[in-house]
Amino acid sequence: MTRALLLALVMIFVTCGPAAASRSLLVGTTTTTQDTGLLDAIGADFTRHTGLRARFVVAGSGQTLQTAGRGDVDVVLVHSPSDELAFIGDGNGIDRRLVMHDDFIVLGPASDPARIRGLAAVPAFRALAASAAPFVSRGDGSGTNVKELALWKAAGVDPKGKAWYAESAAGQLATLQLAAQRRAYVFADRGTWLANQKLLLDLAVLVDGGPELLNVYHVIRVSPMKFPKVDDAGAKAFADYLTGADGQRFIATFGVDRFGVPLFTPDAGKNEADLR
Amino acid sequence: MEFLGQGLAEAIHRLVTLDADVVEALSASLVVSGTATALSVAIGVPAGTALGLARFRGRGLVLTLVNTGLGLPPVVVGLFVAIFLWRSGPLGDLNLYCTRQAMVIAQLILGAPTVLGLTAIAVQSVDPMLRLQLRALGATPTQALWLFAREARLPILTAAMAGFGAVISEIGASLMVGCNVKGDTRILTTAITLETGKGEFGTAIALGIILLALVFAVNAATTWAQQRSRA
Repeated sequence: MTRALLLALVMIFVTCGPAAASRSLLVGTTTTTQDTGLLDAIGADFTRHTGLRARFVVAGSGQTLQTAGRGDVDVVLVHSPSDELAFIGDGNGIDRRLVMHDDFIVLGPASDPARIRGLAAVPAFRALAASAAPFVSRGDGSGTNVKELALWKAAGVDPKGKAWYAESAAGQLATLQLAAQRRAYVFADRGTWLANQKLLLDLAVLVDGGPELLNVYHVIRVSPMKFPKVDDAGAKAFADYLTGADGQRFIATFGVDRFGVPLFTPDAGKNEADLR
Repeated sequence: MEFLGQGLAEAIHRLVTLDADVVEALSASLVVSGTATALSVAIGVPAGTALGLARFRGRGLVLTLVNTGLGLPPVVVGLFVAIFLWRSGPLGDLNLYCTRQAMVIAQLILGAPTVLGLTAIAVQSVDPMLRLQLRALGATPTQALWLFAREARLPILTAAMAGFGAVISEIGASLMVGCNVKGDTRILTTAITLETGKGEFGTAIALGIILLALVFAVNAATTWAQQRSRA
């Protein structure tokens, strides 16, 4: 029995050897980067340029920052500015750098029963609440969800618990599909929409543009002072790659071959205020 | 509906051209689940044989626990293994989170009870007279254990197949502890979830067909072994 257990442990480490040999760089990131297909592509490009391998731990931005706040990942790529500032304020992260942006959009049935087409974001949310048209929210504390809730707040509406307001507690594409199925309105990032339009023919983009709909991604290193076990050299290499010439060039062209337009705009070195 | 047709067409194309993503996921699945099954057998067969033969107080409780293990929810196993392997967890220094080793550990926890339980049942059903004969002939306990296992080898093969079948189609635990890293911890099931999430139904269907074929092959072999053992 003891021999079997020993053999078991030896086998685990031998059969899977190569993966264990290189220390794993863990990157906490969000479902939107996965659902757009950016993660796999940029992960491969990162390996090509640095020889390092990034392992992505994917969850909503809120959950990702919680994981990072325990020191369980080395670096995060997220899009929830208020949560990010709190994360740094708590001493969990350092070296927050602007990486890229796309924008948020409001989608709904083309017939637009709530008549929000062409409105700015806040008036559109007010009109949605007034019409009580069905709306599907992520409801998962993701960056998209946090932004959506901030817009409801700005519109002076508390949608939680309303009959027309549903929470999917799912990733971005699943939420869009649910909205399409229910002929509901939905708040999403443009990247996921562009990458999956052919699945979502029942949804039309009704509201877009305007500074309050910017979706900004930052990379933040998890503090090596607070969490000595993190791979800070790897984290720095990842942040340097993303904000350096190679990563920025990759972001600028990602999606052009498949969707005709880039999904994200590279922003490294810019001032966040200048994006508005 | 048109997606189903397109998906199938793309699936066939990807299978015929041995698409790199598909082959990667298949080989990762085979390595991880194959290792987990081998380990489940290494632990489950001796332990199951011993449990099948031994008579002690609390044996019923142990059997009940093993049978509970047969129904362990993968996500719960994944959660506990992940908590142990996170850097902030008790085994964090091993740096196993998001690796194949972590997936093997999780799948081992899921697969071992299956092998153990089925082995115990198989050994129990061997003629009890054999035991007396062995003792009369002066076999040491280890020799007796080995001979019993030999006698029950086809049902034990079935147990191993069942263990493999349980882990190859598992997703919850593998996703939580392996992180679905492309070209490494991305196995058939986690790749299907990811591709569906990205709207790549063709790839998802291709992967699904391979997984179904694998499970079918395993079950065919199991059925064959069962029929032979009965004959």
